[in-house]
Amino acid sequence: MSIFVDENTKVIYQGLTGSQGSYYGGLNAEYGTQVVAGTHPKKAGTDVGGVPIYASVAEAMEATGATATCIFIPAPGVQGAVLEAAEAGIEFIVAITEGVPAHDEAYFFNKLKNDFPNTRLLGPNCPGIISPGKCNIGITAGHIAKEGGPVGIVSRSGTLTYQALYELKQKDIGVTTCVGIGGDPVPGTSFIDCLEAFEADPDTKAVMMIGEIGGSAEEEAADFIKNHMSKPVASYIAGVTAPAGKNMGHAGAIVSGGKGTAAAKMEALEDAGAKVGNNPTEAGELMAEIVATL
Amino acid sequence: MDLFEHQGKEFFAQYGMPVSPGEATFSVDEAVAAAERLGTPVMVKAQVHTGGRGKAGGVKFAADLDAVREHAGNIFGLDINGHIVKRIWIEKASDIAEEYYASFTLDRSAKKHLGMLSKEGGVEIETVAEENPDAIAKIWIDPTEGLTEAACREWVAAANLPDAANEGSVDILQKLYTAYTGGDADLVEINPLILTPEGKVHVLDAKVTLDGNSEFRHEDYAQYDETQPRDEREEAAHARGLQYVGLDGSVGVIANGAGLAMSTVDVVNQVGGSPANFLDIGGGANADVMAGALEVINNDPAVKSIFINIFGGITRGEEVANGIIEAMQRVAIDSPIVIRLDGTNADEGRAILAPNLNDKLMMEETMLDAARKAVELAS
Repeated sequence: MSIFVDENTKVIYQGLTGSQGSYYGGLNAEYGTQVVAGTHPKKAGTDVGGVPIYASVAEAMEATGATATCIFIPAPGVQGAVLEAAEAGIEFIVAITEGVPAHDEAYFFNKLKNDFPNTRLLGPNCPGIISPGKCNIGITAGHIAKEGGPVGIVSRSGTLTYQALYELKQKDIGVTTCVGIGGDPVPGTSFIDCLEAFEADPDTKAVMMIGEIGGSAEEEAADFIKNHMSKPVASYIAGVTAPAGKNMGHAGAIVSGGKGTAAAKMEALEDAGAKVGNNPTEAGELMAEIVATL
Repeated sequence: MDLFEHQGKEFFAQYGMPVSPGEATFSVDEAVAAAERLGTPVMVKAQVHTGGRGKAGGVKFAADLDAVREHAGNIFGLDINGHIVKRIWIEKASDIAEEYYASFTLDRSAKKHLGMLSKEGGVEIETVAEENPDAIAKIWIDPTEGLTEAACREWVAAANLPDAANEGSVDILQKLYTAYTGGDADLVEINPLILTPEGKVHVLDAKVTLDGNSEFRHEDYAQYDETQPRDEREEAAHARGLQYVGLDGSVGVIANGAGLAMSTVDVVNQVGGSPANFLDIGGGANADVMAGALEVINNDPAVKSIFINIFGGITRGEEVANGIIEAMQRVAIDSPIVIRLDGTNADEGRAILAPNLNDKLMMEETMLDAARKAVELAS
């Protein structure tokens, strides 16, 4: 099984008519994802590579029965796109776009929480989600992941997610679902949301968690692992040597006021019983050791 | 984007908050002339993007113009935590009865805005938080609801300010929240917020950090972008649109993706080296971007070797390899380069690089081996 998406998930692409949207939407369709519609207020009735364009998410949902949407809209339009999708009643929103203002993210996170509790948002500024062999929404290269299980992956970083998928594939280890939650200050889906879902998924037997400096999401995840998880976790935290006060590429990756250091996060995870690697390769090896004992 | 104190005050003034008149100056003569226009006594305040200005001697009271000349002479060029003072804010001095602290920032854990108010101002809030946490009144604000006047009053009451400060504080804090949200700030902080002997609440300092991602709706933020403290290397990288952070070591680092770049810096350290920088060239790795990155690193005199760490996801290995070779034809690189290329079509990419390998361009199979090689070459 997989979490959040599966082979039956029908996906709308908001921004399918743009260059990024048409490129990745095309790759996702090629992978086998059910890419059923795109939206554009002025291009309804046209199509992108055979995928019909509707004027709104609501119309696209009604016509196709889609339950998920993937947003490739430029940053200024992301808030509107997320709210449109939520108001239409979509269940799962994946926002790939980077550079969304933090105040917008805080606003639509709370709006969804208050008014649309059944809608899950992943991102923004994330690589998306892939359940190998079933569904790939976003910008992950599908062929670097081996399908099946028993490992679930959750990560704040795009390229390190690919690295993790690839290292596991090299070791012939399959993945149930790989979720990139993104590197922004207010991610729609948290580590804990994913850990909870992996804990409940019978096919996922172990979890790989990749974090980075900034905020306290990893510490909160460690607390969850300690108190609520029976499945083993291997982890890696990027940014051990990052200087304080500097954004390391991601808006959320910053050590400030002595908080959010990699050392504190690694300690919290080790204390929770997770195996923590010093680099992605080591974390992959630790996961291979865990899988060998399952 | 961090604002200088005086920029922060000008920003606050746009939202109707009471700040003192003052002028930004760039020389001792300018400072004296400004003080003359404003009328003494004045405060002579170093403008740097760091805390601890007072302790470092960067904030002085000047009773007359001679004192302004003396203090400005001492403060210009002063090194405060590695920041050299190049501008001074001359501000009309205020009488202070009491000092408070006020701020708004995003609580990433609660995913709500957090307001903090304390009657113990003028010292670092972290110190207050440690020594007397009860002295900080906190309010969590749902961004979809905003800060209502009633909630603001309740919050101010919880801070136990003297009655004389309540009305003025409620007014300023509501304006501060409007500035925080309307201005897309990551942080707005007033420390100290003062009560004058006449009973007026007044903004005496301003610390503002704006969200660079919001520039599309704030055209005037380009002015702040220009005054960000960047060393020469960071400036060159910024001009090329690269995500770059300068470090102190000798191994130049280029990687694709923020996480992998951070990880590369870590691994260089783990194998006993010291990275010269963090540089994320993004998901793609075409020749233009690679050439720009190599230029920036090549201009850093501390760099003794360069480690290019690329994981091909959607970007294919052969594209990356061609990009590197083309970039090397455009930029004459002084230091030896070690490449680790993995992921999608890595074999094809390596095959393209193979005939070009020599003692200036090397390739290693894994991230760790490549880091070791780059560190060895740098020492």
